[in-house]
Amino acid sequence: MLANINWADIGQATLDTLVMLGGSLGFSVLLGLPLGVILFLTAPRQLLANRPANMALSFIVNVLRSVPFVILLIVMIPLTVLLVGTSLGVAGAIPPLVVGAAPFYARLVETALREVDKGVIEAGQAMGATPRQIVFGALLPEAMPGIIAGATVTAIALVSYTAMAGVVGAGGLGDLAIRFGYQRFQTDVMVVTVVMLLALVQGLQWAGDRLIIKVSRR
Amino acid sequence: MISFQSVGKTFARAPVPALVDVSLEIAPGEVFGVIGQSGAGKSTLVRLINGIERPSRGKVVTDGEDVGALDAQALRGLRRRVGMIFQHFNLLSSKTVAANVAFPLKVAGVPRGQIAGRVAELLDRVGLADQARKYPAQLSGGQKQRVGIARALANGPKILLCDEATSALDPQTTEQILDLLAGLNRELGLTIVLITHEMEVVRRVCHRVAVLDAGAVVESGEVAEVFLHPQHPVTRALVADAAGLIVDQGRGAGPTLRLTFRGATTYEPILGRIARDTGVDYSILAGRIDKIRDEPYGQLLVSLVGGDVAQARARLIAAGVRVEEA
Repeated sequence: MLANINWADIGQATLDTLVMLGGSLGFSVLLGLPLGVILFLTAPRQLLANRPANMALSFIVNVLRSVPFVILLIVMIPLTVLLVGTSLGVAGAIPPLVVGAAPFYARLVETALREVDKGVIEAGQAMGATPRQIVFGALLPEAMPGIIAGATVTAIALVSYTAMAGVVGAGGLGDLAIRFGYQRFQTDVMVVTVVMLLALVQGLQWAGDRLIIKVSRR
Repeated sequence: MISFQSVGKTFARAPVPALVDVSLEIAPGEVFGVIGQSGAGKSTLVRLINGIERPSRGKVVTDGEDVGALDAQALRGLRRRVGMIFQHFNLLSSKTVAANVAFPLKVAGVPRGQIAGRVAELLDRVGLADQARKYPAQLSGGQKQRVGIARALANGPKILLCDEATSALDPQTTEQILDLLAGLNRELGLTIVLITHEMEVVRRVCHRVAVLDAGAVVESGEVAEVFLHPQHPVTRALVADAAGLIVDQGRGAGPTLRLTFRGATTYEPILGRIARDTGVDYSILAGRIDKIRDEPYGQLLVSLVGGDVAQARARLIAAGVRVEEA
């Protein structure tokens, strides 16, 4: 039944996936969160409304989001080498994963911020708060459930992105599924990797939901 | 304390101006009401006072500063001296009551060590000392507005702006919040600008009132005067809602008069005495006896029949009753 399974390979692939996921999610949040905040603040009628800046940022985000991830992996090779010294393996996969996911996360953050009652911003203005104080003291805390939900969605999207990272030899569960499960017709490998991925996705969603409950006070 | 000098405000892409040539003077220590139907420009007017909106024309002077001319930093300084509360409270749902009240203190750079004491003092002032650790979602509407008030008072403002502060509350809670505001006005000498669409709110707490319609002040003055003797149709409509002195025209047998008693005369048996002396009979078509802030008043719509009506009128006027044709 599980004749083709090499558990050491599965273990290594799981580890690779987790490393890619952890690294890329961390950097995606680090870049996407401020980007989302700026997208929100510079939008028309917002605190730092700035049409040219907003349009430029929005355009960049849209460009990055419209490039298929496999293509992004390839076109980013020179930049990846510059950033991490190699375009191969797990390290080589992380920069393109971040560039793919950060704009996506930024949009989710922007949406979460838009959900915040405008009255909260107005109350901040009325008490003489600076835009910075409003962002950190009011907007981000109020939007936290949405921001965490966005990170969960991004993490799960990243899991499927990592499947394509095999193109640059990054390994991981998805790569195993493609090379062994699909290309070599080893159905058992396919099943095992998919089950592992499913467990990962379930775990991420569960953790995200728990965290949201913890920060929700509505 | 607050001065509007020929202020106009037009929003971009809006077909009609929000405010047209508004001039008002609000004195220190008074409770000033701005009443109008929705869309009359009340919210815009109140937001000009703390510079959340800027005038398109004219000048708004708040606490000695030309609001439209302030740079961002000076404007923030002014806003810390002007508290504001809102119809929907606008509290931070993610923070406790105490943290909500602490926010403006942090914003103003109050040293960390002093914040807890000041927050406790403020919550005590609004009667929420035991709710400090709750979250807004656990509070009733009235309690939320009390948190809003505590937050607005945090930095010791001279002016409090109330944007439909009781419109989301039930009548009983409204009364409690208005009592709280009146107390703050009395005890702290706080100047309060209160905007509302409810004449009842103005009647209970305001000293003076301006009636806004389609962005213009159509009537203003002492509350009792405006409330008891409304001139403009919009004011009449707003007062009719509150006073209920509506009667089918032509129902009375004789001439119909509106009699207004104020202060001590409200409780005197003037009408009966004069009726007896002049032989005039009267039927009361509508009436209300109540208070405007702390001053009692009575207003009756009466129809006079028989006897010496002219003398009865003269005697009523001599007794301090205001007599108008209804």
